[in-house]
Amino acid sequence: MDETTSAALELIDVVKGFGSGSTAVRALNGVSLRIEPGELVAVMGPSGCGKSTLLHLAGAMDEPSAGRVLVQGRDLGDLGVTERATLRRTVVGYVFQRLNLLASLTAVENVALPLELDGAGVRQARRRAVDALGAVGITESIDRYPDDFSGGEQQRIAIARAIVGERAVLLADEPTGALDTATGDGVIELIASLPERFGTAVVLVTHEPRFASWADRVVFMRDGRIVDQTSPLVGIAPMSAAVAP
Amino acid sequence: MAVREGLLALLQEGPRHGYQLKTEFEAATGGVWPLNVGQVYTTLDRLERDGLVGVRVQHGDDGPGQKVYAITTDGTAALGEWWDAVPSEDPPPRDELMLKVLMAIDRGRDHAMRVVTHQRTVLTSLLQAKRRERKVAAAAEISLAERLVTEALVARAEADLRWLDVCESQLQSQPASRRKNGGS
Repeated sequence: MDETTSAALELIDVVKGFGSGSTAVRALNGVSLRIEPGELVAVMGPSGCGKSTLLHLAGAMDEPSAGRVLVQGRDLGDLGVTERATLRRTVVGYVFQRLNLLASLTAVENVALPLELDGAGVRQARRRAVDALGAVGITESIDRYPDDFSGGEQQRIAIARAIVGERAVLLADEPTGALDTATGDGVIELIASLPERFGTAVVLVTHEPRFASWADRVVFMRDGRIVDQTSPLVGIAPMSAAVAP
Repeated sequence: MAVREGLLALLQEGPRHGYQLKTEFEAATGGVWPLNVGQVYTTLDRLERDGLVGVRVQHGDDGPGQKVYAITTDGTAALGEWWDAVPSEDPPPRDELMLKVLMAIDRGRDHAMRVVTHQRTVLTSLLQAKRRERKVAAAAEISLAERLVTEALVARAEADLRWLDVCESQLQSQPASRRKNGGS
């Protein structure tokens, strides 16, 4: 691995504890993980192994008890509240299992939201949102509301919102958990295409081996630690393919 | 081995030469079940002995005659029974994986966990490799049989991975060492 360039995401000896005294739990217990631009890494492990906590920390939604989390070389611990919020809107995208979209906004408004919050003009935000929807295969009915779309389409819209503005990192937490197998296959195929198409680094939390098999590297966690991983694939998208935020 | 029944199935479509049966059998099984010619003729001899196929010699314009095989009424009946019979797993698939994990448990929980972890990584790597093969194959013309063979391998690896997950969760609820004569 080229240590002279910034990883898209890097966790260094990260510890995350919840509670105190006899009820204290260590959700992460010394996790180190480096993910390159254009790399798709799947994280697997039993419930409670720390997978989701890892994503929360990587997405600047929570802070580690010890250790460092770096996104594009920037230490999240050095960022203030406002800077962290900006990072969540512009650099890191997040897709959950469900409840990704705001029901009161149309598909295109949902996708444009992070851009508008970041100060983009309405027209420009809409144009980029339409592009992002096109990139996930949603080209019709974009002015309709989330409930008018199927579960698979809603996840595609959520992915469009998570990558709009050319984010460097996509964090996906069981994005197929609420979908049937065939629809889930389509969503994973879409997610797996992002590293090559846009240079996005993707962290995919899943418990399905068939979905994890799309990854360049599969990391296995247990009891808050990484216990093993498959060998990384050669041929990760070059740095030049990565897009600036 | 179901080579006998495979040959009967091909013969039900019409009489065939031995070599023709070999190539059609291999095409039908996606190229993962190669037969040597000797094996084909030995099987055909047994089928003839058992009255499931008949043989006649076809004389060509030049050289010695060629044997042509055809299915008999008894052969058709045997094939019918085979279509309906449930395949038996003997030995069970991934027999060695199961043995490995069970023996590892006998050496203690920590050792078993290491074995389960490693086997899972190896099997997941296999799934990744199959996925990449499928990506390449998607662009090329491959037969339905070949695609289904790959899917079978993937489905079995997934089943093994699920079983390893069960092993892990059951092992985690066990005390640290269960070795009869001390630590691991």
